[in-house]
Parts: sequence; structure tokens; C-alpha cells
Amino acid sequence: MTTQPRADGRTASRPLQIAGRTFGSRLLLGTGGFSRMEALGDAIRASETELVTVAMRRIEPSADGSLLDVIAAAGVDVLPNTAGCFTARDAVLTAQLAREALGTDWVKLEVIGDERTLLPDGPELLVAAEQLVDEGFVVLPYTSDDPVLARRLEDVGCAAVMPLGSPIGSGRGIANPANLTLIVEAAGVPVILDAGVGTASDAALAMELGCDAVLCASAISRATDPVAMAHAIRHAVLAGVLARDAGRIPRRTHARASSPLDGVAEFE
Amino acid sequence: MIYVNGEPLQAGEQPTIRDVLLELQIDPEAAGIAVAVDAEVARRGVWQTRTLADGARVEIVRAVQGG
Repeated sequence: MTTQPRADGRTASRPLQIAGRTFGSRLLLGTGGFSRMEALGDAIRASETELVTVAMRRIEPSADGSLLDVIAAAGVDVLPNTAGCFTARDAVLTAQLAREALGTDWVKLEVIGDERTLLPDGPELLVAAEQLVDEGFVVLPYTSDDPVLARRLEDVGCAAVMPLGSPIGSGRGIANPANLTLIVEAAGVPVILDAGVGTASDAALAMELGCDAVLCASAISRATDPVAMAHAIRHAVLAGVLARDAGRIPRRTHARASSPLDGVAEFE
Repeated sequence: MIYVNGEPLQAGEQPTIRDVLLELQIDPEAAGIAVAVDAEVARRGVWQTRTLADGARVEIVRAVQGG
């Protein structure tokens, strides 16, 4: 099965839709890395996100419910991830546990293939995605910037694809804009840039390249002022999608004057 | 002997999942937790009745901060 290229004309005025659900915000926020719960709550509000990711981990005896309380108080929904899983089996089980714990069948699917780079394991990811789709999950896979893998993930029924810009937490931005463009051009589901954003301009570029949304975690949570960065990236996402729809000028080798060439005064 | 989150636990004769949660001072009514037994999800509805065989491997998880 091949995917049809998406129709042109996605606009900022048309809200983001994933699996039939409409989002006013095109920014997803990861909750990892915030040193204080208060900062997380404030950053959620400053980002104006509607969806925040959480991870699933073994309960500690002293566990309290403050994380979910902070998220609920901010009025946003949780998107559990399968971070830390290295096999399709573990990722599927983690998604099932998240569904049981949090009452959502949405999952940001991560299957990591390498501890040092945290790059996705494509074959395991595809196996897990297919199984979770079969079990009725809304699957949003964290994937590499490989356009073929992105298409395969869409073909097995993923509700979106989440290619990386560069490795998780690296802050190196979009390492391969050409690949990201190929993914965007071929995708029939939303493309959410995930991982690699270091600052606002990276998020704006993702949107200018045609992504439908951006997920940020470390860029915001580990900024010197997380709340201010959440504010900045919210505006960057908006600016990027507006700029894309406005239609940028082509790049040129030489200058093209914007002032008239005729009628220049002569002083000799 | 059963194993909960990787740690051995003596929890009496054929404890239920609920017994184990209470033993660990985890409120079984609390929202946001899930349990797997021997790598399969044990849904909340069976916590009161499902007994754990000797050597059972129990994982109890909750949501934490994560990207």
C-alpha cells in the first residue's frame, strides 16, 4: 500500500487533527526534566499546549500523585510514552499498563535501539506499532528521520508520525531538513517533530518545513528559564506555521533589488 | 516468595494483588497505577481476586515526568 501525498493548503487556521481529535495548539510538551512541579505547571500554561507526555515507571513507596494533579490542574491531557523500552514486547506491555493506569488509549510509542544515542529501533518500532494499532491504540511513534520508515509506520495505521530532528535532549535542532521535508511531503497523517529542538528557531523551522506540530521537552524544561522558553516556543510554533502558509520567497544566488533601479538621482 | 518491582517480598500464603498493594502501603483505590503479573497486565477488576503463585513477578507502575 502506498500513501497518497497530502493535499496542499494546510493552514494555521485549520486546527491540528490527530485521530479525529482537534487541537488548538500545535505544541506538545514533554514533562521530563523540570526540577520543580511548580515550574512544570507554569510552563504548561505558558506553552498553551493541550497534550503533555509522561513516562511509566515503577512506583516508589513514597509516591504521591502530584504529577497527575499538576497536569489536571493545568487542564491538559496526558500522552503516556514508552520511553526506556528496547523491545517491541516491552513497549507494548508498557502501553497496555499506561492505558490501564491513565485511562487513555493514546500512546507515544518509543522503542530505543541504542543507549548512547537513544535512536529508535526501526524494526522493533514497526512491530510494536502494528500490534498496538491492532489492539485499538492511537499510536504516535517516535521515529528516525527516515522517510521510508515513516511511511511504513503510517501504513500500519499510526495516527501520526514523530520524526526526530536530532537525538533526544541534544538540542541540535533539525539535522536533516531534506529528509524531514520528504517525510512531510509523503505523509497522510500529521507529522510531529519530536526531539532535538534546542530553542525557538528550531521549532519555527520545523513548522516552516511543513510539520503539523512540535514536541518539546528538554528545550523548555532544561532552559535557564523554562517558563520564558515555553512562551518563546509557543510563539515560534505559531510564527513558523504562519510563515509557511504565507509562502516564503525562493532562495536566490544573487541579490534582487527591492528598491527601483530607475530614477536614481545623479550628483556628478 | 514473590517479586515486586524486582525486590523479593514475603506476602503470606497465596496473596492477592490487592494484598500486595496494601502490604506495600499503596492505596489500591488510587488512580494512576497499573499492575503487571508475569509480563501481562492485571486489570484493576481482578486485583481483589487474583492470587499470586510462588515466584510471581509483579510490576507496579505509575506515571512519572518524562518526555
